[in-house]
Amino acid sequence: MSDQPTLNLLWLQSGGCGGCSLSLLCAEGPDLFTLLESAGINLLWHPSLSEASGSELIELLKSILDGEVRLDLLCLEGSVVCGPNGSGKFHRFAGTDQPMMQWIERLAKVAGHVIAVGSCAAYGGITAAGNNPSESCGLQYDEHEKGGLLGQSFSDESGLPVINIAGCPVHPNWVSETLVQLACGELQRQHLDHVGRPRSYADHLVHHGCPRNEFYEYKASAEKSSDLGCMMEHMGCLGTQAHADCNTRLWNGEGSCLRGGYACINCTAPGFEEPGHPFTETPKIAGIPVGLPTDMPKAWFVALASLAKAATPKRLKENAVADHIRVPPSRKPGEKT
Amino acid sequence: MTRRIMGPFNRVEGDLEVELEIESGQVVSAQVSSSLYRGFEQILQGKEPADALVYTPRICGICSVSQSVAAARALAQLSGVTMPTNGDLAINLILANENVADHLTHFYLFFMPDFARETYRNEPWYELIANRFRAQTGSAAREMLAARAQFMHLMGLMAGKWPHSLAIQPGGVSRSIEMQEKARLQAILFGFRRYLESQLFGDSLENIVSLDSADALQAWSVEQPLDRSDFRAFLEVAGELELDQLGQAEDRFMSYGAYQLSGRNSFAQGLWETELEPLDSKLITEDISHSWMGYQTAPKHPFEGVTLPDAEIEQAYSWCKAPRLDGKVVEVGALARQQVDGHPLIRDLVSQSGGNVRNRVIARLLEIARVTLLMESWVREIQPKQPFCDHAAMPQEAQGAGLVEAARGSLGHWIKIRNGRILNYQIVAPTTWNFSPRDAKGQPGALEVALQGAKLRAGEQEPVSVQHIVRSFDPCMVCTVH
Ligand code: SF4
Ligand code: SF4
Repeated sequence: MSDQPTLNLLWLQSGGCGGCSLSLLCAEGPDLFTLLESAGINLLWHPSLSEASGSELIELLKSILDGEVRLDLLCLEGSVVCGPNGSGKFHRFAGTDQPMMQWIERLAKVAGHVIAVGSCAAYGGITAAGNNPSESCGLQYDEHEKGGLLGQSFSDESGLPVINIAGCPVHPNWVSETLVQLACGELQRQHLDHVGRPRSYADHLVHHGCPRNEFYEYKASAEKSSDLGCMMEHMGCLGTQAHADCNTRLWNGEGSCLRGGYACINCTAPGFEEPGHPFTETPKIAGIPVGLPTDMPKAWFVALASLAKAATPKRLKENAVADHIRVPPSRKPGEKT
Repeated sequence: MTRRIMGPFNRVEGDLEVELEIESGQVVSAQVSSSLYRGFEQILQGKEPADALVYTPRICGICSVSQSVAAARALAQLSGVTMPTNGDLAINLILANENVADHLTHFYLFFMPDFARETYRNEPWYELIANRFRAQTGSAAREMLAARAQFMHLMGLMAGKWPHSLAIQPGGVSRSIEMQEKARLQAILFGFRRYLESQLFGDSLENIVSLDSADALQAWSVEQPLDRSDFRAFLEVAGELELDQLGQAEDRFMSYGAYQLSGRNSFAQGLWETELEPLDSKLITEDISHSWMGYQTAPKHPFEGVTLPDAEIEQAYSWCKAPRLDGKVVEVGALARQQVDGHPLIRDLVSQSGGNVRNRVIARLLEIARVTLLMESWVREIQPKQPFCDHAAMPQEAQGAGLVEAARGSLGHWIKIRNGRILNYQIVAPTTWNFSPRDAKGQPGALEVALQGAKLRAGEQEPVSVQHIVRSFDPCMVCTVH
């Protein structure tokens, strides 16, 4: 991509945990630095990766605001911290005496594209959980509601709203692929879904490719953590509703939440931090899970589930509530292959 | 006397500002301030206890597993659940994976790039160091990131994903390991050892961990060509710049003990002042006299502590509280852990020059070697087909503490539940110890002490010595203030 012009990227962090940056450092094939360089992205500054500290950085930010340095891509990681009482004092940008909230707002206005990295920057995320003590919100959303710091009508010069690479944390490739698409000028409005997420990963469900799908088919369910069965019925799994490709793309070379033996908590969704019930328990009414798979009529689900349960093979029934494969696939003695 | 504010500090995790008073080219006093508050302790109030396993890892993306382990241990104490041996082994491996990856990230991305600064251009070692460690473009970081990512496949396999895994449970892990996966784990560790031995150490891990005195280290160093390894290059810079004379705090070291296996710690628990003493966690208190925190008058043990922000407190200068052990400041981290555990090299270095920038970094690198060797042994001990997790019901009313060593030092979670819900949850993170503000008696925190006496180079606005000292602690500000 050497014929592409260089894009200047500035990365800021506010009310988050740094986990999206740390996740990004796990990028493989290629590593993060090689990726940015090959995509023609020049990292103006990143809090964990740059040499410039203190006054050097503040000078840089001023020259961006003065129009002397072009800002093509502004990435924010972590929520926008507005507390207490809307003052932004809970996050003063060190060395400046000014709330981070104000820096973000001013920089967003001069940026080519604004990118929320992670669910905190997108919607408020974990930082906005409980009674939201820090008064956190996202760049263009406050949980489900449009608005956030920049307001619902915000769009950049090319007409894009804030690009919400949601996830807690983000998968490194969700970020790198979005950046490469932007660098190639290939990301357009229709490539974002209804809450601003890149459809490249948000058009999938976590349920796709889950190794527990066979258990799901027969409603052979896990009853405690470490069981092998499907986690939808009892363990709070939202994989059938969660927009992400976690089970087809894999994390850290080998894993996913489900492969790790625990439920999908739908971390790419606005408001995931307050499910209204314990995360790893499935809320039910009359024994039937409240949240049913996306686009499946309830009556059908109930009918199919009871049919499936009646037909569950012994192998799945037993393995579902075990922590190791107890019953391997086999044929009866003498049966033809 | 001049007053100078340094910040934002980059290549530390989160937000940090340091206010210095400078007289005749030297720091005479420092105030350390964390400038972000999120309020995890408030968020956790009223939640189901098990939900802490979702929330607390998200305090910090750099030591997320350590937070999980602290929460899981606190919940285990609440419920009285026991842990099968495989559970211990799996948790040790996952935690070690994070700690070692953390030490690597610190050395290559956070600490070493400072020696590639312009101010050192005329030093004899400059070119070698700058080519290897310059931020973003140095050759070492790319190699490290590739090796680190491969190493963290262990995390993918055992914990599903990193950061923010839910695999760590009070009674073990949610993911059992099969025969072939045990072999896969061994293969991952082979690959990682190859990287460490060829790039970081230029020698076998066994030789590194058997360096048993300052003299042995010195002899090892002079034998190696300067460009043989990154450890060797660091020792050169440390010697030339006298990093052993920089950044000494109070030399009171604490460790909760690390990597439990069948009720025993692989790295010992204790407090070191002039000799090893037992640690009594009941003597831990948090003081808020200089924090933007209200509603608590006297210092309190975390079981009784309150965390409620108040941005208007006059004498306050940080969102960080001031934890003290028996009223005293302690230093935590890899150096403290190895000093408490009694590794002969660290004991000898500390007896000669105390805790300082050089010794903190050496302890961290030594720990990479020691822990990688332990990881190899833990994988061998895994018994596929045996259980990895036990289960127990959560009581309605109880309290529990979870103490763990994160890469940066001692991390504790204290939880109280009433009617099956969280009544109080208090967290004291490693950097809270090291970067605490002053307490009611006016005692400065460990970093505040360590900065006193730092010298400025000619013409410096933002002293590089201060940067070395700050980063030698490998601070994590998001943990500090949570
Ligand atoms: S565990 Fe979740 S994602 Fe996997 S099959 Fe069951 S419902 Fe789908
Ligand atoms: S599986 Fe669900 S909770 Fe886990 S990372 Fe993917 S979307 Fe988030």
